Amino acid sequence: MSSVDILVSLYFEVMNIDPENPDMEGRDRFILSKGHSVESYHAVLSKRGFFSEKVLDTYGDYNSILAGHPTRKVPGIEVNSGALGHGLSVGVGMALAAKRSGSGCRAFILMGDGEHGEGSIMEAAAAAGHYHLDNLVAIIDRNGLQISGKTEDVMRIENLEAKYLACGWSVRTCNGHDMDELKKSFNHAPFEKGKPSLLIAHTVKGKGVSFMEDKASWHHKVPSAEELDLALDELDLKLNKK
Amino acid sequence: MGTIPCRTAITDALVEEGKKNKDLFVVTSDARGSVTLEKYADLLPDQFVEVGIAEQNAVGIGAGLALAGKKVFVCGPACFYSARALEQLKVDVAYSEASVKVIGVSGGVSYGALGSTHHSLHDIAAIRTFPGLNVYLPSDRHQSAWLTRHLVDSDESAYVRVGRNAVPDIYTEHDLFEAGKASILRRGRDIALIAAGETVYHALHAAELLEKEGFQASVIDMYCIKPIDEETILEAARNNSCMLTVEEHSIFGGLGAAVSEIISQKHPTLLKILGIPDENAIHARPLEVFSHYQMDGPGIYKNAKSLILSLKQ
Repeated sequence: MSSVDILVSLYFEVMNIDPENPDMEGRDRFILSKGHSVESYHAVLSKRGFFSEKVLDTYGDYNSILAGHPTRKVPGIEVNSGALGHGLSVGVGMALAAKRSGSGCRAFILMGDGEHGEGSIMEAAAAAGHYHLDNLVAIIDRNGLQISGKTEDVMRIENLEAKYLACGWSVRTCNGHDMDELKKSFNHAPFEKGKPSLLIAHTVKGKGVSFMEDKASWHHKVPSAEELDLALDELDLKLNKK
Repeated sequence: MGTIPCRTAITDALVEEGKKNKDLFVVTSDARGSVTLEKYADLLPDQFVEVGIAEQNAVGIGAGLALAGKKVFVCGPACFYSARALEQLKVDVAYSEASVKVIGVSGGVSYGALGSTHHSLHDIAAIRTFPGLNVYLPSDRHQSAWLTRHLVDSDESAYVRVGRNAVPDIYTEHDLFEAGKASILRRGRDIALIAAGETVYHALHAAELLEKEGFQASVIDMYCIKPIDEETILEAARNNSCMLTVEEHSIFGGLGAAVSEIISQKHPTLLKILGIPDENAIHARPLEVFSHYQMDGPGIYKNAKSLILSLKQ
């Protein structure tokens, strides 16, 4: 839920994609490196028209195209993910292919903050800077929590900005739940010519549901029927107010 | 001895193919010397990607390039690509079905004296379990060159393992190969010797030693360990009294296991698996390691003869 606004911004306002033609030549590429946020991803893809809303109800079922992490069986998904620390490398490959071919397409990679415990991300960050991939935009969903608690208590990952700057990136921060800020940030990419862009999006885990917000225990907890009703009521109330 | 190592035959073929196809990309990890990629990097810089000492990143980038439509060869030492980058092979290549070809050079005990860090004696076992990821061990420069050209045209994902040093020619440049079809180098009746990669030459040597004593050995070059040539294995099982596999790999999970999986289920035949036992291999020159574990001509001969004689008792 911390990443859903980022996904909505990318899929509805930013990326050059066509739900009618998911394999469109020259399309922008997106990778959900934090594959465990797949429920938001499926919902956004469905809403954008990649597949019918009815399919969402088959999530996790026998023979469903919707698994607990992203797979290419789902229209619109470019790469299978779920093992952390992989997405940025694959995104570098996609961005590099576009640069060398002159296709003009961009690669957007959404990573978690806790995911930055995986050292392979820094290998990819170095390569993106080295090859001046200004058609690559990485986003960190900085909700500050991972399974075991606060990211900085589990294993310090800061200073994220300094790490990426050292690799030759251009870095900006934004409120990851402010649709205007997200859109403006993405539209300014590349933040600097000749450099890959990193957007550190400050977010709230469980955003929108009072009893889930900012609680590590909701990282992968399944709500009870009662909790689900309560959560949906809260979200409905918020949407109706707008 | 042959004139060039298999790795050089592969990179020579990549240069020729790369000149014809601008979508052919080679990725490496500070290994252009050990792979012999200097010529490729010089002639085709726009189709060459250096990632530094970062094998995980090399495979991930390779998968991204492939998913964006490029024909990708990721090249570097087999020991690192089959271990450190194993999850990238599993997820980014096999699971995502990205057509990436990993060329693992200096495989097996090529770096014999450098220790187990630099040996790759687990790679066949680990990688052949990944769905759709094929495994090849060409035995000489001609087969390596053919395999490279074949893989350029193929949409499959593959792991190719070759050694560091030049090996004697098994074939000539005129020999023809068929994808997925093993080469039958000798036809005998007493024992079928099945080898792959650098052990093929030693198996042929063993067959000559056996012939001097009146034993007729079949010799099969099973360069394609996955998908394996089941038909040729079953034919060998039917036409020979027993079988012996020899591989520059652990005795667990490699060529011997792959052959055993077939004959034990379809044509039970006495089988001996020669390879590295369950220990960290000794540190020595490659041929000394082969000899120590009886994987050279005389060692294979000795094991084959005792297997044949055991059936006559």
